[in-house]
Amino acid sequence: MSDARNPVGRWITLPILASFAVFGTLPYWVEAVGLYQYLGLEIMVWVIFALGYNLLLGYGGLPSFGHGAFIGIGAYAFGVAQFHFIPNLWICLLAAIIITGLCGLAAALLVSRRRGIYFALMTIAIGQVFFFIASKWTSVTGGEDGLLNIQRLPVDFGLFSIDIQDTASLYYLAFALYAVVVVLLWRLVHSPFGRILGAIRQNEERVRFLGYNVFIYKAIAFILSTMVAGLAGGLFAMAQEGAYIQIMNLQWSGTVVLMTLIGGGLVSFWGPVFGVVLYFIARDILGAYTEAWLLWFGLMFMLLVMFKPEGLAGIWRDTVGGLVRRKPAAAPSPHPNQSPAE
Amino acid sequence: MILEVDNIHTFYGETQVLFGVSLSVKKGEVVALLGPNGAGKTTTIRSILGLTRARRGSVHFNGADITRAPTHKIAQAGVGWVPDDRRIFPTLTVRRNLEIARKTTGFANWTIDDACKIFAPLEHLLPRECENLSGGEMQMVAISRALVGAPGLILLDEPSQGLAPKIVNDVMNVIRRLREEGLSMLIVEQNVNIALSVADRVFVMNHGRIVEEGPAENYRKQGAARAATLAAAT
Ligand SMILES: Nc1ncnc2c1ncn2[C@@H]1O[C@H](COP(=O)(O)OP(=O)(O)OP(=O)(O)O)[C@@H](O)[C@H]1O
Ligand SMILES: [Mg+2]
Repeated sequence: MSDARNPVGRWITLPILASFAVFGTLPYWVEAVGLYQYLGLEIMVWVIFALGYNLLLGYGGLPSFGHGAFIGIGAYAFGVAQFHFIPNLWICLLAAIIITGLCGLAAALLVSRRRGIYFALMTIAIGQVFFFIASKWTSVTGGEDGLLNIQRLPVDFGLFSIDIQDTASLYYLAFALYAVVVVLLWRLVHSPFGRILGAIRQNEERVRFLGYNVFIYKAIAFILSTMVAGLAGGLFAMAQEGAYIQIMNLQWSGTVVLMTLIGGGLVSFWGPVFGVVLYFIARDILGAYTEAWLLWFGLMFMLLVMFKPEGLAGIWRDTVGGLVRRKPAAAPSPHPNQSPAE
Repeated sequence: MILEVDNIHTFYGETQVLFGVSLSVKKGEVVALLGPNGAGKTTTIRSILGLTRARRGSVHFNGADITRAPTHKIAQAGVGWVPDDRRIFPTLTVRRNLEIARKTTGFANWTIDDACKIFAPLEHLLPRECENLSGGEMQMVAISRALVGAPGLILLDEPSQGLAPKIVNDVMNVIRRLREEGLSMLIVEQNVNIALSVADRVFVMNHGRIVEEGPAENYRKQGAARAATLAAAT
C-alpha cells in the first residue's frame, strides 16, 4: 500500500491539493459552466458522506446498505441541538457528529461480528429501524413533516463571526470541513489502523490470527464512518434548512453505495469523489432531458460494473494517471482484493 | 506440555470431521502429524486455533484452556500458524506484512532482523509487494510472520507442499534451525520422509481419528516401505 516510492504517508499530497484547487474555486466558475451554486453545496455534502462511507466499503470491505440513516440522524441531531440546546454552529455540528456516532456505536455492536451478505442484511435492517423511529418519534423529529426552519448558523470565531446565509458562503464552510475530513481520512487509511482494516478486507481470519481483535477494528471503522455521515447530515440540514424523513429512506442508502462504486471506491481513495460528482452531473444533465434519468444512470452503473469494475477512478488511473506517473516495470493488474490505494 | 489436544470432536455444519482426536506437543519438541488427503489434519489445526471450534473435548496451550478462547486471544497467547496456502496480504510489502504481525507474548521476541538471520534472502525481499513472490519466498515470509509474532508453538500446515525439492530442503533446514532455538512445532505433512527427518514424535491420522503414534526414531528405522503405508494411512 505504501512504501518509500509512494509519498502516501504525508499529510498533504498532490491529489489532495488538486481537489482543493477544484473545489476551492467552484463557486467562481460553477455558474459559468451552466450549473448553479446549490449543486456545489450538495456535491460537497455528499462527498463528505461518501468519503466516510468508503472507509467501510472500500477499505474495510464492509458493505453497509443502511448508511442513509446516519446522514439523516446527523441532520435531525443538528436541528434538535439548534432548537433545544444552543444555536451555535460548532456545538450543533459536534452534536450531530456525536449523536450519530452513538447511534453508529449501537449499530456497530450488532453488525461487527458479521461479514459479507450477513453484514449487509443487518445494516439494511438497522437502517429501517432508525427510519421507523424517526418517522414515529414525532416530538423530536417532527414525523412526516420533519424539522422546519433549521438555521444556517453563523461561523462563530469568538471575536468575530461570518454569516453563511447565502449558498456560496455555506459552501465554503462545507469545503473547509471537507478539507479537514479528507486529510484526516487520508492519514487514517495510511496509518497502521488503515492497514489492518485493509488486511481485514483481504482475509479476516488471518488478521484475527495475527492477534488482532477484528471486532474492535470493524466497530471503530463503522463508528468513524457514521460520525463523518453525521457531519454531512449537519451540513445537509443547513443546506436544506430542514431535516426530513426522506433522507433516511433506503433509496439514499443505495445511492451512496452506487456513487462510491461507480466512482471506483474499491480501488481508489478518490472513488467516492468521482462518483458523487458524476451522480449529480448526471442528475442535472440527463435529468434535463428525461424523467427517467436514474434508469440511464443505473444502466451506466451496470455497464461499468461489467466492463470496468474499478469504476471511474480505474479509468482515470489507466488514462491520465498512466501518462503522469511512471509505472513500475511489471505493473500488476489490480488485485481483486486490493484495498484502495491512491 | 506446551500443547494438549484432548479428545476433540469437530464438525463443519452437521458433518463430523474429527472423532475424538488427542495429541500433544512437549516444550521444544517437533511433532509430525501425518495422514492422507482429507484425514482431518487441517481441521485439527483449525480447531486448535479456534477457527473451527471443537464441539467436544479440550485444547490446552501452555497450561491454559484455550478451547473456547477467541482466535485473537489464542494468537496473543503465543500460538503461531503457517497456513497451507501461506497466504499473506498481497497488497502489502513484505516488511508491512511482518510489521503488522509483530507482537509480544510470554515467549521470546523475534525482530524482523532476527528473522532475516534465519532466512538470509528475506532482507532483500522486505520492500517487495507480496503478490509477486514465488512459492518458496512466500513460505519464507509466512514462517517469518509466525516468528515475529513471538510464538511458543508454531503450527505448520504442509510446509513442503508445491515447493521444488531444493526449496523444501531449505525450508526443512530452517525448521531444524528453529528447533535448535528451542521452538516447539507441530508439522502437518503428506511427505512422510521429510516429516520424519525433522520430527521427534509422530501422530498418524485417518478418517478424523488418530490411528498411530510413536517416536519418529522407530519410524525412521522401519524405512521407506513403512513410510509409504503411513502416507496411505493404514
Ligand atoms: N470448510 C469445510 N466445510 C465442509 N467440509 C470440509 C471443510 N473443510 C474440510 N472439510 C472436510 O473435512 C475433511 C477433513 O479435511 P481437512 O482439510 O482437515 O483434511 P486434511 O487432512 O488437511 O487434508 P489435505 O491433506 O487434503 O489438506 C475432508 O473430508 C474435507 O472434505
Ligand atoms: Mg490440509
